[in-house]
Amino acid sequence: MALEFNEQTKQHVDRILSRYPNKQAALIPVLHVCQEDFGHLSEEVVDLVSRTLGVPHAHIYGVVTFYTMLHEKKVGHHELMVCTNISCMLKGGYDILEHLEKRLGIKRGETTDDGSFTIIEEECLAACANAPMMICGSDYYLDLTTQKVDDILVKLGKTGNAPGATHHRRATPIPRKA
Amino acid sequence: MAWPEGKDIKIVTKNFGVPGSNKISVYMSRGGWQVFNKALAQEPAAIIEEVKKSNLRGRGGAGFPTGMKWSFLPKDAPTTYLVVNADESEPGTCKDRELLAQDPHLLLEGMLISAYAIGCKHAYIYIRGEMMREAQLVQAAIDEAYDAGFLGKPLQAAGGKTFKLDITLHRGAGAYICGEETGLLNSLEGKRGWPRMKPPFPAIKGLFDAPTAVNNVETIMNLPEIISKGAENFAKMGMNKSGGTRIVCVSGHVNKPGVYELPIGIPFRELVFDVCGGIPNGRKFKGLIPGGSSMPPLDESELDVPVEFDALMTDPRIKDVEIKPGVPFDLGGGRRLKTMAGSGGVVVFDDSTDVVRLCARIMQFYAHESCGQCTPCREGSGWLARVCKRVASGEGRPGDVELMANVAGGIAGNTICALGDATAWPMLGFLTKFRADFEAKIRKVA
Repeated sequence: MALEFNEQTKQHVDRILSRYPNKQAALIPVLHVCQEDFGHLSEEVVDLVSRTLGVPHAHIYGVVTFYTMLHEKKVGHHELMVCTNISCMLKGGYDILEHLEKRLGIKRGETTDDGSFTIIEEECLAACANAPMMICGSDYYLDLTTQKVDDILVKLGKTGNAPGATHHRRATPIPRKA
Repeated sequence: MAWPEGKDIKIVTKNFGVPGSNKISVYMSRGGWQVFNKALAQEPAAIIEEVKKSNLRGRGGAGFPTGMKWSFLPKDAPTTYLVVNADESEPGTCKDRELLAQDPHLLLEGMLISAYAIGCKHAYIYIRGEMMREAQLVQAAIDEAYDAGFLGKPLQAAGGKTFKLDITLHRGAGAYICGEETGLLNSLEGKRGWPRMKPPFPAIKGLFDAPTAVNNVETIMNLPEIISKGAENFAKMGMNKSGGTRIVCVSGHVNKPGVYELPIGIPFRELVFDVCGGIPNGRKFKGLIPGGSSMPPLDESELDVPVEFDALMTDPRIKDVEIKPGVPFDLGGGRRLKTMAGSGGVVVFDDSTDVVRLCARIMQFYAHESCGQCTPCREGSGWLARVCKRVASGEGRPGDVELMANVAGGIAGNTICALGDATAWPMLGFLTKFRADFEAKIRKVA
């Protein structure tokens, strides 16, 4: 059976649609909501979005593959987005990234076997005055040291739910009712 | 601080550090949501004139006069759009994120004034996808403004008319190119963030084909100040044809990195050594990037130049960027390239820095972010990233310096949008100012 939105998400999608003069403009906000609900943008999800918005599959694939935050494949429960751009690089951003790789036993772009963590080497995340830094969900971790990274991993490891759950990403603000 | 008495003025950061500054109650207790009435009592055309007189210039990168940008929109269009560019992603820039988190109502009030001036009924804020926390804060502020009746309800305006504005927050999904205004508009329309050919400019044919003004967060947040205290006062605060203050984000090798609102025109030397407390660990200053990674760097001899749009493009103390030693790069029509104030992101590096590696990281960034539409940028940025990386890692070949300059020269000016220039300019800039560092790396191999 074809994938459908649950009742609450359907309301969210309707509310998003009410804020744009055409359905296609709601594509990225709707993909964000889908990713929060379904974890990643599988073929079934793309099909659902295509049916909902009346936008061709090919167009949606073009969009999904263009933007780094939209995932065709499953990613870890915690996405650790580590900045290595110039301001962070000058303050040891690569040391932070390599420390994370060593601690988690994976390389950048990979996900741990238990599905808990994905490491993403990020471009500038607009916290340059507090370099080096990383983001996980809606949390900024600033002025990082390897010690701080260890503490963060302990904290995230403790609070993490079952692998594959995506509660920490359920953070997209839904536009108010028009 | 060393700048003249009375110049320590805070406009867009005036509520920074006040507990709960993102809340409407705190904003209103500090005089917020009281200026827009003064704006609405005037005709829209009068506000555009006022903004022109204020010398407010775009804070996103290009420094284009805001009032002039607005005056390009046709007066009789049935639908126009205001789009706030909150897609801050220029490496070294971290001001808009702070502004959104600390004072979202100042942005919303500025948007109400701006939207009224250009006749927009539905404005969008395009916020960077990664800024999830800021998106939550801004959406909460929008909801508060609706509940308070500032948004979504008809307000009294000049000539017995009413004005009603809706604001929608739109999250991006991770693409530097969406900070380019036409790439942003395509993204907002649900497409890949491919920049558009210009003309037509967004002022004529922008979002959903309607006349559109795209303005940076910091730019719009200056509007309440201009309306409440007048254009002349705002213009006087600045320098040359640049009114108001400027936020600079200083990062890298300084003792006190941070986001500072400063008088326009403070010299870089004062910024680095007084405001930011100089270089840490007993090291010496080597260079800085004056306005985000797209801009050619400055060396020690160029630090007395003021942080101001026109000065950075024309000051004779800044060396011309060269295509090869002794031959200035031609921007077209014989115009020389120095550098630009850009987004206000100042990245300082000390004498321990591997400048070639730094430059290679910048090239890697642009190669990653090139949208792929234009061949010179798509192929050229990749070549620059690869060649610069091999030089940085000690595998450079004789002729690589010339090769990089040649490739950069082939990109600049030959692409739909400014990302091509943003790749070529720093490459040529680093080669001009720090050529010896590149040559030393290659010599070592030979």
